Amino acid sequence: MPAWLDDFLWTYQNLINTLGVNGLLALSMYVVLAVGQLSLGQAAFMGLGAYSSALMTMKLHLPFFVVLPASCVVPVLFALAIGVPTLRLSGVYLAIATIGLGEVLRTVYLNVDLVGGALGLNGIPERAEAWMIYGLLVVAIAALWLIGRSHVGRAMEAMRQDPVAASVMGVDVQRYQLGALLASAVLAGIAGCLSAHQSSFIGPNEYGFEPAVTILSFALLGGIGTPVASVVGAFILTLLPELLRGFSDLRLVFNGLIIVAAVLFLPRGLVALRMRRRAA
Amino acid sequence: MLAQQLVNGVLLGATYALFALGFTLMFGVLRVINLTYGFYFSAGAFLALFLTRNLGFGVWAALPLAAIGAGVLAVVIDAALLTRLRRTKAPELSSLMVTLGGVLALYAGMTAWLGPDIRRLPPGLISADAIEFAGVRVTAAQGLILGATALLVAGLVALMRFTRLGLALRAMAEKPDAAGLMGIDTGRAAALVSFISGCLAGAGGVLIGLNFNAIHPFMGEAMMLRGFVVIILGGLGDIRGALVAGLALGVIETLTAGFVASNLKEAVAFALLVAVLWTRPQGLFGRAAIRRA
Repeated sequence: MPAWLDDFLWTYQNLINTLGVNGLLALSMYVVLAVGQLSLGQAAFMGLGAYSSALMTMKLHLPFFVVLPASCVVPVLFALAIGVPTLRLSGVYLAIATIGLGEVLRTVYLNVDLVGGALGLNGIPERAEAWMIYGLLVVAIAALWLIGRSHVGRAMEAMRQDPVAASVMGVDVQRYQLGALLASAVLAGIAGCLSAHQSSFIGPNEYGFEPAVTILSFALLGGIGTPVASVVGAFILTLLPELLRGFSDLRLVFNGLIIVAAVLFLPRGLVALRMRRRAA
Repeated sequence: MLAQQLVNGVLLGATYALFALGFTLMFGVLRVINLTYGFYFSAGAFLALFLTRNLGFGVWAALPLAAIGAGVLAVVIDAALLTRLRRTKAPELSSLMVTLGGVLALYAGMTAWLGPDIRRLPPGLISADAIEFAGVRVTAAQGLILGATALLVAGLVALMRFTRLGLALRAMAEKPDAAGLMGIDTGRAAALVSFISGCLAGAGGVLIGLNFNAIHPFMGEAMMLRGFVVIILGGLGDIRGALVAGLALGVIETLTAGFVASNLKEAVAFALLVAVLWTRPQGLFGRAAIRRA
């Protein structure tokens, strides 16, 4: 490896890892939006993955190759508890039930000594490498791409356009929606585990309302036509504040306005590609 | 001790009910989960702070003025964010997302402008006296909460039930298109609903600010969690349900804080929300009362 590249990677290691993690989070948002639902629990699921995996590493001393897949267990359980009752109902229920989750978990983290209270957890071993993050990101994109091209993807797109029509055509809408929510919890949990094991510190305030909305802005900026588009959105919105350091106060204002603008004027996102499929 | 807890719980619940009423009214008539709603709560509290601290108003003038200010803000923001989506009959999740982005921008802008610190109303704004009756203390601020909530709720119910305007709003809640065809100016009615809801949220912000004397930009966000629990518990769009559920949530939170642990009250509220979704998603009273009223 040439020296300048080595230098570059070392200097920007943190940013490079964050980019990959945010890409995974954008995918976890994409999966839910792709079936026409809105979950605002991505940050909360990420936090659950981060905290549960950090505890597994620090208290149970489990090796990382066990911790990483196990980090999605707790988020999936929460997704089941919230998703099963709400997905029987209209879409607003899932959104309402998940939007509060992050803030509630914040107050729980703050008050439970096992997870360090307000101080958070410090000294988590740095076991997540960039190649793992990007490897998983590529695997996730490829998997979602293949699913999107298959008949499942066609069913997903149909229920996004019109869930009633899709169910009349024999698509089991609720099962797909629950599956999407669980997949989203898995991706967010793993992203949480990776980010906890690369920054060595996690705190209760990192998984509340603001990150939840920021993750939504990733997917809406990129667009939800293809999985790659939402990852592009995440990369843009992660790099932009780095370039505009002087305006850090206004970063969240900007993220919020992106959501407004994307829904009102750019419903298909910046990368308005459509999945290609063979005719049925 | 228990009696005092119950009274405190009911008074806290009265503000929850007041706050949730505007939220459920917006959903009932406009069919939008408007997440900017919590911002009007913060805005009402900050307006009251400005009016009392900088302009020297008393609480009797500051409360209605701040509520009206929050109402006007609600009309402007609603028009900016939702007019276009209403016209194109966009799916309900689109309008939810727009208000979500909008509220993040509003909170972050407010924090960048005013700072995240907790501010306090001027001392002596409301008398610190308390009435004591059979060992139960009720402070002047709590009395004001009860009085203002009762007045606003009675006014809203009377408006919805006994006036032509209320009839028009109920018609809109039932069938917006048909209401438009019957000569109801739906655009104006939407603005009016935003105004009423904004006033209720703003008044709630002032009252909570008075009661706990802590005002900061994100206070509306913490309140929104209660709003969600109350409208799910009471049934989306159900005015009577919101009242009962608000009072119930206040009592449950106060009892949790008093007898279990004060920092678990959010978790208890949320567990309640999930439990209701599992067992009775239509809300405690079933269908929305705003339609039957």
